[in-house]
Amino acid sequence: MERRRVIEWLALPSAAVAALLVGAVMIAALGASPITGYRALVTGAFGGSYALGATAVKAVPLLLVGVGICIAFRANVFNIGGEGQIAMGGLAGTATALAFPGLPTPVLIFLVLLAGAVGGGIWGAIPGAFKAYFNVNEILSTIMMNLVAVQLMNYLLAGPMVDKTSGSVGGLIPQTRLLSRHSWLPIIVPGTQLHLGVLFSVLVAVAAYFLLWHTSFGFRVRAVGLSREAATYAGMPVRRTITLAMALSGATCGLAGSMLVFGSISHRMVTDGSLTGFTGSAGFNGIVVALFGGLNPLWTILSAFVFAGLLVGGTSMQVVTGVPSDLIVALNGLVVVFVVAIEYTRRRARIADAAARTAAPEPEQAPPEHAVAGAGVEERT
Amino acid sequence: MSHFFTSSILTATVATGIALAAPFLIAALGETIGQRSGVLNLGVDGIMLLSAFTGYYAALKTQSLPIAVVVGLSVGAILGLVTAIVSVSLKAEQGISGIGVYLFALGFSDLLFLKLVGTPQPISQLHAVGIPLLDRIPTVGGMFFKQNVLVYVAFLLVPVVALVLNRTTYGLNVRAVGENPAAADSLGVSVTLIRYSAVIVGSMLAGLAGATLLIETGIFQENLTQGAGFIAVALVYFGAWRPAGVMAGALLYGLTAAVILAWKGLGIIPLSLSDLASTAPAAITILALLMVARRFRQPAALGKPYERGG
Repeated sequence: MERRRVIEWLALPSAAVAALLVGAVMIAALGASPITGYRALVTGAFGGSYALGATAVKAVPLLLVGVGICIAFRANVFNIGGEGQIAMGGLAGTATALAFPGLPTPVLIFLVLLAGAVGGGIWGAIPGAFKAYFNVNEILSTIMMNLVAVQLMNYLLAGPMVDKTSGSVGGLIPQTRLLSRHSWLPIIVPGTQLHLGVLFSVLVAVAAYFLLWHTSFGFRVRAVGLSREAATYAGMPVRRTITLAMALSGATCGLAGSMLVFGSISHRMVTDGSLTGFTGSAGFNGIVVALFGGLNPLWTILSAFVFAGLLVGGTSMQVVTGVPSDLIVALNGLVVVFVVAIEYTRRRARIADAAARTAAPEPEQAPPEHAVAGAGVEERT
Repeated sequence: MSHFFTSSILTATVATGIALAAPFLIAALGETIGQRSGVLNLGVDGIMLLSAFTGYYAALKTQSLPIAVVVGLSVGAILGLVTAIVSVSLKAEQGISGIGVYLFALGFSDLLFLKLVGTPQPISQLHAVGIPLLDRIPTVGGMFFKQNVLVYVAFLLVPVVALVLNRTTYGLNVRAVGENPAAADSLGVSVTLIRYSAVIVGSMLAGLAGATLLIETGIFQENLTQGAGFIAVALVYFGAWRPAGVMAGALLYGLTAAVILAWKGLGIIPLSLSDLASTAPAAITILALLMVARRFRQPAALGKPYERGG
């Protein structure tokens, strides 16, 4: 096998292994056994049908955000606003369920999911349009949009959408009333938490894959991502494509927000005052998931399941070893750093390989050698 | 509304706004240095968080705020070195590696907080120091010249950073590698060395910003910064990569936040709308970005790793 291929396939696993090794050192430094810790993590995440169900449910928002990140990053737009888009999607879905509690189940579920996608989509389209038409850096605008979203969420859940019967001495609890039973996502495997949203989010990932690689819109997204100048020269509607890519990215994040509400155990939307309290940091972890999936929605399915396992298992590890599950957040950060750092080695190997090919031409056509949109993760289709 | 304009409340509000602006200002000045050298450091919020926690822990153990500040600066330097290795030597995509550093520090600071600090205790307060004579000026003295030391440091850093960037050889080199690294390289300037130093100094300021935020808050809590580091990055764009512009942005942000706090306290903004009003600083920043984005040009090599002959 050529050197390039070896590096290609070892890069992502070695980033993960390196992060886990650092994690092991940290667990040991905190006075616990890494082996016990990681064993508890794996058992907690993948040991038995209940654990697997919990992991699959945890993977839903990660996958949906990850798919949105794939779409945006392919257009070379860094959507860091997943957190806010999730919250806006959750709010839009919840408002719909509060407004039409009596609709039949399939209709209401369809409507709340649609509302979630629209809510998140609008929240993504705004920074998208700002970037496309006014050249506002999207990393900054999406982060600002997160800060606006959290306050809007706190305002709506403590005010217009609050459950007025939740009153206690200290005032109302910032949460909605129990949402209409017709809006609950049905459990598809009895005895687990596995709900319809799991299937649905996998379908969304497959659809996004076809959108990106088998439609002219997807072609435009990738063309704009590779070179905005070339796409402009080719007469593509670059600005509209960027705005739409961000709207779609926000829409899948918003869908994740709806899933979090209607696939939850409490079936209410609750706030503890922070975005993380509602999203579980899925807006950021989804970036890790998408990068690890090579910015390909299909690989992102697998990647989301693995990282969901880390998150679910992290809680078990905390119970067994006393190491706080925040370790997993820290490790996710390390994975991101390692993946982008290794990317340089991969790029160099690819260039060396291409040079060798030019020196001794081979009969078959070389695959397209481009560092992809931002992350520069090569396509694995 | 009318009693908001009484002089004592107005003075207190402006004074609070200036104090609130200080951590944003320090972090944004650090980011300015890094960005002028061509490196986008998006891990500022993470650096602030980890510096704030380590500073907090040091203050708990030693009861000394200066030590907390030194610890914050040191942690900033270490994370700055890591950022420089990843961004400059390994030539990573800076927007994403910064998010990685942020996530790492977010998780790690909370992990250490939960593990090392059982019951959170407040640390000692930093008292306001009046500047002799100036603090006697009616109204203005109370607004500007009765602040804590770190606030003065923050605002003194504005001319210092401006001078270093614009009037020293080092500053010239920083700007050169940020605009045209190939040209600078051909003149014998080490792009790597300049970028490393700019990122590390910038990150030390992020660490100082974290310590300042901690000391002004008086206690550490999970995700203490609430995105302050990201706002600092936005302020650099807002200020068009110039220290004075960055200061204007930080003041706008701090004063807006202080006015909203004051209006909440006075009941001008009813409690039910207080969360909605809290969106104002971020919303104003977005609008400001919208207005400045087309007018100013970022450093030409910002976010682009340098490769010889590349």
